[in-house]
Amino acid sequence: MNTLDSAEDRKGWMSLLACADEARLTELWKNFGVDPDFKFLRAPEAGGVMVRGRMGSSGAPFNLGEMTVTRCALSLADGTVGHGYVQGRSKGKAEIAAKIDALMQTGAAEALSAAVLVPLAQARQAKKTSRASKAAATKVEFFTMVRGED
Amino acid sequence: MYVAVKGGERAIANAHAWLAEERRGDTDVAQLSLAQIREQLSLAVNRVMAEGSLYDPELAALAIKQARGDLIEAIFLIRAYRTTLPRFGYSRPVETSEMTCDRRISATFKDAPGGQVLGPTFDYTHRLLDFKLAADGEVPEAPVAEPREQATPHITAFLQGEDIIEREPISDAVPGDLTREPMGFPAGRAVRLQSLTRGDEGFILGMAYSTQRGYARNHAFVGELRIGTVPVEMEIPELGFAIEVAEVELTECETVNQFKGSKKVPPQFTRGYGLVFGQSERKSIAMALVDRALRWEELGEENLGAPAQDEEFVLSHSDNIQATGFLEHIKLPHYVDFQSELELVRKLRREAAELAETLASRETAE
Repeated sequence: MNTLDSAEDRKGWMSLLACADEARLTELWKNFGVDPDFKFLRAPEAGGVMVRGRMGSSGAPFNLGEMTVTRCALSLADGTVGHGYVQGRSKGKAEIAAKIDALMQTGAAEALSAAVLVPLAQARQAKKTSRASKAAATKVEFFTMVRGED
Repeated sequence: MYVAVKGGERAIANAHAWLAEERRGDTDVAQLSLAQIREQLSLAVNRVMAEGSLYDPELAALAIKQARGDLIEAIFLIRAYRTTLPRFGYSRPVETSEMTCDRRISATFKDAPGGQVLGPTFDYTHRLLDFKLAADGEVPEAPVAEPREQATPHITAFLQGEDIIEREPISDAVPGDLTREPMGFPAGRAVRLQSLTRGDEGFILGMAYSTQRGYARNHAFVGELRIGTVPVEMEIPELGFAIEVAEVELTECETVNQFKGSKKVPPQFTRGYGLVFGQSERKSIAMALVDRALRWEELGEENLGAPAQDEEFVLSHSDNIQATGFLEHIKLPHYVDFQSELELVRKLRREAAELAETLASRETAE
């Protein structure tokens, strides 16, 4: 887990889990059917993250406002540590995210990825494409009026 | 003057019980769910998130329900809740150039790369009441077209390429945070923007409108207005790298304003900036105009004494929770204050009457 590649992969799945729809994530996790023994290193807690923007979109940072985030950390029986950082205030979602983060570092990664992460990524992409398609349909096509005289 | 008084507990408890009943309204009418508020009153939810300064649609929906639709009361509930949250940290500045845009328009360039994308807008509607909505109408699906794959470039980036607009000084300076230190003046642009984005929409709108009507006019064009989602990234110390912790919907407005140039700077356009949580178009345009007006000193403009140029005036009166707290406290018991004023007025009247009587009797005597 110390190579650059694996950090990039881990960033990818943690990001996916953070933004996932809770109901869908819970359903996929239950269907996966594995619930490993674990102990919390940090019990789930809800908190705030101050979101920053940039002046004029490219300048110096400023504080825009906070958002809710829930986090937790746990370790599996074999000592693998998982972290969950998810949007919103759901402790259940943070716990599932941390368990998946831990299991993704074990031999279960491939099966878990196929069962949970791939469908989540597809759902996210489908939602994005659907909105982008509707936006594209509202793009203005200008035409020039031809004047009567020569 | 404040003194401890007892009494009223029963009246208060009964008032709150009645409030709960009135909030529920006619029980023959189905109760509103938070999901209904979140999905169908989403612009109210957005306003509560922006001015409550906490992005959480579910909580904003709850606050709106609890406040019976009084948005300032709902914002108050969110602000109070916000203070109970431990602060996990600060995000990296969001990159709005990577926004997945639902809407993106420019009033300055017809053929802007990325196009004029109207999105789900009220513009061009006739503002006639739609009685179909009074019945439960099925909504046809919105038409679709080939989606744009690439990010939509910012209009100001093109102007910057030509060097015809001022450049935003690039910096990673840690910005002041008015939720951590009390605001002082001069506040600086970072704190001004934080204050404006959570300020009352009506107040910011009025201030912006005053600049358009001539009180420190700054000739704003909407260079670009975009609404969409951006990822929020945060460094996770225990991991040693940043992850995306969320996705938020934002509205961004960049104005292009006039500027004469100076001894040091050739004539170039200047800019105002608005960035607000949710789909909050009116607010973000207003914010950009007020931001621009407040930059008069830095741009070497004249202080015309206009309200929108007065940082202390604007920032001290834009917060509707501070304003409502001070305004509404005068309805709470001030019995002792009032008693002393009453005594004083009675005494003055007594003295005036006595004086008149003395004068009258003196006249009779003469």
